[in-house]
Amino acid sequence: MAADSGPAPLPSSLPNSLPRPPGELEALRRIWQPPRGFRLVTAINNTYIGVFYIGTAFLFFVLAGVLALLMRTQLALPENNFLGPNVYNQLFTMHGTIMMFLFAVPVVEAVAVLLLPNMLGARDLPFPRLSAFAFWAYFFGGISFFCSLFFGLAPQGGWFMYPPLTTTTYSPGIAEDFWLLGIGFIEISAIAGAVEIIVGVLRTRAPGMTLERMPIFAWAMLVFAVMVVFAFPAIILATALLELERAFDWPFFSPARGGDPLLWQHLFWFFGHPEVYIIFLPAAGMVSMIVPTMAGKPLVGYRLVVLALIGSAFLAFGLWVHHMFATGIPRLSLAFFSAASMAVAIPSAIQVFSWIATFAAGRTQMKTPALFILGFLFTFVLGGLTGVMVAVVPFDWQAHDTYFIVAHLHYVLFGGLVFPLFAAFYYWTPAVSRNALSERVGRWVFGLVFIGFNVTFFPMHVTGLAGMPRRVYTYAPGLGWDTLNLVSTLGAFLIAAGVLLFIVDVARRFRLSFENHAGNVWNAGTLEWLPNGYYANRSIPIVTSREPLWDQPNLAKDVEAGRYYLPGAPTGGRETLITSAIDAKPQWILQMPYYGWAPVTAALFTAACFLLLTVKLIPAALVCAVIAIAALVHWAWELDPGPSHPPVPIGGGITVPVYVTGPSSQSWSAMIVLILVSGALFASAVFSYLYLWTVSPEVWPPADALPDIGYAGAAALLLLLSSASVAYASAALSRDARGRALTALAAGVLLLVCASTVDAYAVWQTGLSPSATSYGAIVYTAFGLQAIYVAVVVFMAFYTLARARAGLLDRARRVTFDNTMLLWHYTVAQGLTGLLLVHGFPRFVP
Amino acid sequence: MDLAPGIQSALHPRGPDAEAIAHLTWILIGGGTAILLAVLAIAAFALWAPLERRAWAAKRRFVIGSAVVFPIVVLTALLIYTVVVEASIGKRGGEPAVRIAVIGHQWWWRVHYLDSQGGLDFVTANEIRIPAGVPVELRLESVDVIHSFAVPNLAGKLDMIPGRVNRLRLHAHAPGVFRGQCTEYCGGPHAKMAFYVVAERPEDFEGWRASQRSPASAAQDALTAQGQALFMSHCVTCHTVRGTDARGTLGPDLTHVGSRISIAAGILPNNRGTLAAWVSASQDMKPGNLMPSMNIFSGEELRALAAYLESLK
Repeated sequence: MAADSGPAPLPSSLPNSLPRPPGELEALRRIWQPPRGFRLVTAINNTYIGVFYIGTAFLFFVLAGVLALLMRTQLALPENNFLGPNVYNQLFTMHGTIMMFLFAVPVVEAVAVLLLPNMLGARDLPFPRLSAFAFWAYFFGGISFFCSLFFGLAPQGGWFMYPPLTTTTYSPGIAEDFWLLGIGFIEISAIAGAVEIIVGVLRTRAPGMTLERMPIFAWAMLVFAVMVVFAFPAIILATALLELERAFDWPFFSPARGGDPLLWQHLFWFFGHPEVYIIFLPAAGMVSMIVPTMAGKPLVGYRLVVLALIGSAFLAFGLWVHHMFATGIPRLSLAFFSAASMAVAIPSAIQVFSWIATFAAGRTQMKTPALFILGFLFTFVLGGLTGVMVAVVPFDWQAHDTYFIVAHLHYVLFGGLVFPLFAAFYYWTPAVSRNALSERVGRWVFGLVFIGFNVTFFPMHVTGLAGMPRRVYTYAPGLGWDTLNLVSTLGAFLIAAGVLLFIVDVARRFRLSFENHAGNVWNAGTLEWLPNGYYANRSIPIVTSREPLWDQPNLAKDVEAGRYYLPGAPTGGRETLITSAIDAKPQWILQMPYYGWAPVTAALFTAACFLLLTVKLIPAALVCAVIAIAALVHWAWELDPGPSHPPVPIGGGITVPVYVTGPSSQSWSAMIVLILVSGALFASAVFSYLYLWTVSPEVWPPADALPDIGYAGAAALLLLLSSASVAYASAALSRDARGRALTALAAGVLLLVCASTVDAYAVWQTGLSPSATSYGAIVYTAFGLQAIYVAVVVFMAFYTLARARAGLLDRARRVTFDNTMLLWHYTVAQGLTGLLLVHGFPRFVP
Repeated sequence: MDLAPGIQSALHPRGPDAEAIAHLTWILIGGGTAILLAVLAIAAFALWAPLERRAWAAKRRFVIGSAVVFPIVVLTALLIYTVVVEASIGKRGGEPAVRIAVIGHQWWWRVHYLDSQGGLDFVTANEIRIPAGVPVELRLESVDVIHSFAVPNLAGKLDMIPGRVNRLRLHAHAPGVFRGQCTEYCGGPHAKMAFYVVAERPEDFEGWRASQRSPASAAQDALTAQGQALFMSHCVTCHTVRGTDARGTLGPDLTHVGSRISIAAGILPNNRGTLAAWVSASQDMKPGNLMPSMNIFSGEELRALAAYLESLK
C-alpha cells in the first residue's frame, strides 16, 4: 500500500493528552530493553552500537598513536638503530592506514550513529541491523588487520600504496594483500553508514524539523554520506584493480604492457581528497553544535554554514590532482587544480568566521569543550593556511613529499578532527554517562595535547623546507634536521601523556548510562539533550525552531510525559516515525527489528572469509562465505513484513500506516543510494578504460579486431528485453496477477543470463587475454563488474520467487520485488553502457 | 661527502629557479603568518572584548566580508602571481648546455650523459656534475618503481615514473656541492637513496667530462693489481669498469668511482675505509639494498680491493 498522498497537518495543541494509559511507558521500556551480559554483542540499538563504534575507533587511535611514538623514537636521533627499515616501513604504513581508515572515518560515523537519531528526534537509525553489521565487520576486520603487525605481515607500501612498488614484483608476499582486503571492511562500513545516514537524516526527523531547522551536525552528516557515495567507489575499484594485478597479473599499472602507475594515483586521490573532507565536515558539524551552546547564542549564519558544507563537498571532488603536482602533468592542468585548491579555502573560512561571529554574539563559558574548540581553531586555521601554500604549484614542488606536508596534514587532520573530537567527548559525555568528565583534568588534557601537538608538528614545517623527505626510517646527521627531530619526538610524548591522562579520567568517571545520564549540564538547545532512555525520547516532539530546548520551555517536560507523538508502541514492537524529506510532516511508522545474532554472525564470517582469502586458504574461505550468506538470508527473510498491522494513531488525530511500498519506502531510498554507489563504481571503471586508452592507444584493437557488432546488438537486445520483462512483472503484480508476474520475472532471469553469456562469449572468442595488455585487463574488469551485478540480481530474483512461493509476496507486500526491480534496471543500464564502451568506443575513434 | 646545514634546503637557493621559489616561499610565509595572527586577534576580540563592542562581529555581513570577499581578493592575486612564477620556472637561460638522463633504480641513480644528438656519451652513477652558470636538462626515468628527484638548492622536485620521461632543468649560479634525495617512497632503504650535484666552472666541467669518457686506468702497483684481480673474479656480474672485462649492468658503473665525493648513493664519504666497509657489509649500512654483503674477503684482500676502487679516478 503506498503512503498517503497528502502529509498530515500539524495540530494546534499538543497531540496527546494526559494521563497516559497505564503500562504504556513500561511497555515502551520493555520493548527497547537491550540484551544482557554476553548477548550484548547482539544489540542493534544505535545507543550501544554507537558506543561500541566510538570505543573501537578510539582504540585504533591509541594503537596508531603508539606506532607513531615508536617512529618518533627512531627519528629522535640521526642514524638511529632502534628500528630498521623493514619494521619502520610497516609502522608508517600502518599508522597512516589505521588513522585514516580505522579511526578517522569510523569515528565520525560512530558519533553520528550515537547522536544523530537523538538529535533528529527519532528512536533509532532506519536500518539498525545494517549499522550493527557494519560495526562488527569493521571491528573484526580492523582488529585482524592490525594484528598483521605481530606476524611481520603488515603492509609496507605507505597508506596510499603506489604501484609499481605495491605490485608483486616489488612487494611479494601477502602483506600488501592484507591492506587491500582489510580496506574492504572500511568500504563496507562506510557505504552502509552512508545509506543509514541519508535515509535517517532525510526521513526520520521529528515533525516540524524542516531542513532549515535541522541541526548543523545533521547537515554535515548528510553531506558526509553523499560524499562517501561518490568517493568510496573510486577506491573500491582501485583496490580491486591492484588485487587483480597482484593475484592474476592483469597489468593495469605496469607500463610494459600498456598500464600506467598514474591510473592508481588518479583513482586513489579522486577518493583521497574528498576523504579528508569526509573526515573534516562532520567534525565541523560537531563544532557547529558545541560553539552555540558554549556561547549561549544560536549559530550566526546558519544558511551560510550549510552552503559552506555543500560547497566544500562539491569543490572537494575537483582538487585531487594537487596530490600529483610533481608527477609531470601538463601545466594547464596544474593551474586549474591549483585554483580549485585555493578556492576550497573559502567555504572553510565561512565556517570559521561563523563560529567566531557566534562567539562574538554571546558570553562563552570557558569549559573544556570550549578550550578544545579554541585549540581546533588555531590548529585548523594554521593547517588551512599551509594548505593554501601547497596549493601554490612551485612551492609544492619544494614541499611535496617532505616533512612540510607531514606538518600540514597533521595540522588539518589533528586540528580538524581530533580537537573537535575531544571537544565532543567532553561535551556529549553527560548525555551518555552518569558523570561528566572532570573539568580540572580536562584542562590538563587540553594543555598537554595542544602544547604537545604544536611542539611535535610545528618544527616539521622547517624540517621539510630544510630538505627532509617523508617516510624515511633515518636521516644523515649535520643537515640541520637533528634538533628539529629531537624536539618533535619530545612533543610526541607530551601528546601521549595528554591522551593517557584522558584515558585515566574516562576510566575514573565515565559510567555508561542511557537512562540515568548526567543531563543537560551545558544548557544546550538541541534535541539530544532531552531526557531519554533506550527508546530515545518518550514521545517524538514537534519542533518549531533550531534550538527547541531554548525556544520551547516546556518541551522536556511534555516529551517525558508523553504529550507528543508516539508516546508508546502501538504496534507492540520497536518503531520510529517516518516524516517527509523537506517539511518533516508525519508519513508512516517504520517497524524496526529486535536484537539478534544475524548481523554479528554475518559480519564475523564475512571478515573471516576475506581474511582466509588473503592467506590463500580458499576452501575455508568458501565455507565462511556460505555461512555469512546464510546469516544474511536469514536476516533478510524477516524483512518486508507487509501490511501486517493496520494503520495506527500517533496522536493529534493522525493515523499513519505501518508499511509502505514504492518511492516513499525506506527500502526504496536505500536501493537508490546503492545504485548511486554502483554508478560511481562503474563510472570509475569507464574512466579507467578511457584513461588507459589515452596513455597506451597502441594496445587498443583496431575496429576490425573487435567482436562482430552483432554480438553487442544481441546482448543489448536481451538486456532490454529482460528489463521489459521485469517491468511487465511489476505491472502484473500491481494488478494482482501473481502468476504472470513470477513467470515474467523468471523469463527476465533467463534473458539476463543469456545477455551476459553472449557478452562473455563475444569477448572470449577473440582470444583476448586479460594479462597480456591493459586493454584486455580493463575489458575483462568491466565485464566482471557486470557479471557480479548480474549474479546478485539473479540471486535476488530467486529470493523473490522464494518469497512468493512462501506466500510472502503479493500486490500489497512487494518491497522485496521492488528492490530487485530497481537493481535490475540499473544492471541493465550498466550493461548497455559497458557494451557501448567496449564495442562502440574503439569503432568511433580513428 | 659534504653534510652541512642548508646543503639540502629549499631556503638556501643556489640557482634561479630555486630562488624564484624561495622568494615565493617567504611571501607565502609572511602572508600566512599575518593572516593567522589577524584571525587569532579577531577570535580573541570576539571572545573577550566587552560585549557591546563586539556586536559588529556577530553579524552575517562580517562573516561574508572576512570569509568570502577577503579570500577571493587575496586568492585571486595569489593565483595570478603564482601562475606567473610557475611559468618562468625551467625557462631561463636558453638552450640547455648539457643533457643528462637520470634513471631511478631501487636504491641508486644511474646517470647517462648524452651527446649533442641525444645518444649516449658516457655512463656514471649517483653523482651529477654540471657546468655552473648555465641550464642543464635532466631526463628523469625509472626502471622499477616510482622515485622522485629532488635537489632543493637548485629546483623543485619531479617524479621518475616507469613508462614516462619527465624533464627537469637544473641551473646553478656558481660552483658548489648540493645534496639531493629520492622523495617518493620506493620501499626498503628509500631513506638511503641520496645523491650529490656538483656544479663546476665550465672549464673544470669539460675536464671532468673528458676524463669520464676515458676508460679506467690500469692498476699502478701490486696492491691495486691484486684488488683488480679480486674485482674481476667477484664483481663483474653486476658492475662495469670500462676498459676491462667487467661489463655488468645490474649495479652502478664503477669506471670512475674513485672520482666521486660519495658512495652507496650519497650516504657514505668516499675513502678506502668506507669502500671496504661497503663491500663487506653493505646490508648493515643500507639494509635491503640489492648488493649482498660480500663478507668473503680477508682483511688484506679488502684493503687491496678498496685501493683498486679508490684508484678508479
